[in-house]
Amino acid sequence: MKVSVLLFARYQEAAGSPHVEVEVADPVTLRAVWEAVRQRVPALGAEERPILACNRAHARPETAVRPGDEIAAFPPVSGG
Amino acid sequence: MPGLFRIVDGPIRLDQAMEAVAGPDRGAIATFHGTVRDHHAGRRVMRLEYHAYTAMAEEVLRQIGQEVRDRFGTDHLAILHRTGTLAIGETSVLIAVAAPHRAEALAACAYAIERLKAIVPIWKKEHYVDGSAWIEGCATGD
Repeated sequence: MKVSVLLFARYQEAAGSPHVEVEVADPVTLRAVWEAVRQRVPALGAEERPILACNRAHARPETAVRPGDEIAAFPPVSGG
Repeated sequence: MPGLFRIVDGPIRLDQAMEAVAGPDRGAIATFHGTVRDHHAGRRVMRLEYHAYTAMAEEVLRQIGQEVRDRFGTDHLAILHRTGTLAIGETSVLIAVAAPHRAEALAACAYAIERLKAIVPIWKKEHYVDGSAWIEGCATGD
C-alpha cells in the first residue's frame, strides 16, 4: 500500500519536504510505515521513536493504517 | 463544544478571546499570555519561529477543552496560538477561561497551558545571533 506521511519541524527540514511517500507491505501499521520512512530518508534514520498520529490524533505504533488515513510523524512538541 | 480553539498566523487579539468566554453567569476570567523571551539556557534569542500541524493542533486544543470541562466544570475556554516569526515580547499563546468563581478559572487556566505544552503539535525554533535551533520538549503523545 502506498502511504503518504506528513512531517513537521525538524523532521520536515531533515527530509527537505513536508511529506514523504512510501510503499509498505501488509500488514500496514504505523510502525511499519515509519520504518519505511527511515529507510527512504537517511537523515531520519536515527529517529527510532517519533510521535505518531493517525487522522489528526495521537496513535500507537501498532495502529493499523487504512487507505486514505492521514498519517503524520514529528519530534517532541514545544509550543507555548 | 463552545469555546475558541485556533492556530493563527497574525497577532493574537485579547478582545476576541474575552468575547468568546465572557458571560453573565461567570464571575471570573483568568488569562495566561505566553510571550517571547530574549534568552534561553544562557543564549541571547533574537526571535522565535513557530510551526504547527494546524489541523491536528486545533483538534487537540478542542480535546483540552473537553478535559477542562470534565475537570473544572466550565465550557468557557479560549486558546489561541500563533505560528510564523515572532519578535521578542510578542504574545505566542493566549488562554482565557471563564467560570463562576476564581478558583476554577485560575486552576483551569494553569491546567490548559501545561496540557498545551505537553501534547499540542506545535514547535518553536529559536534564532540566535549566530544560528538557530529547534526546541523539543515533551516526548509523549499521552
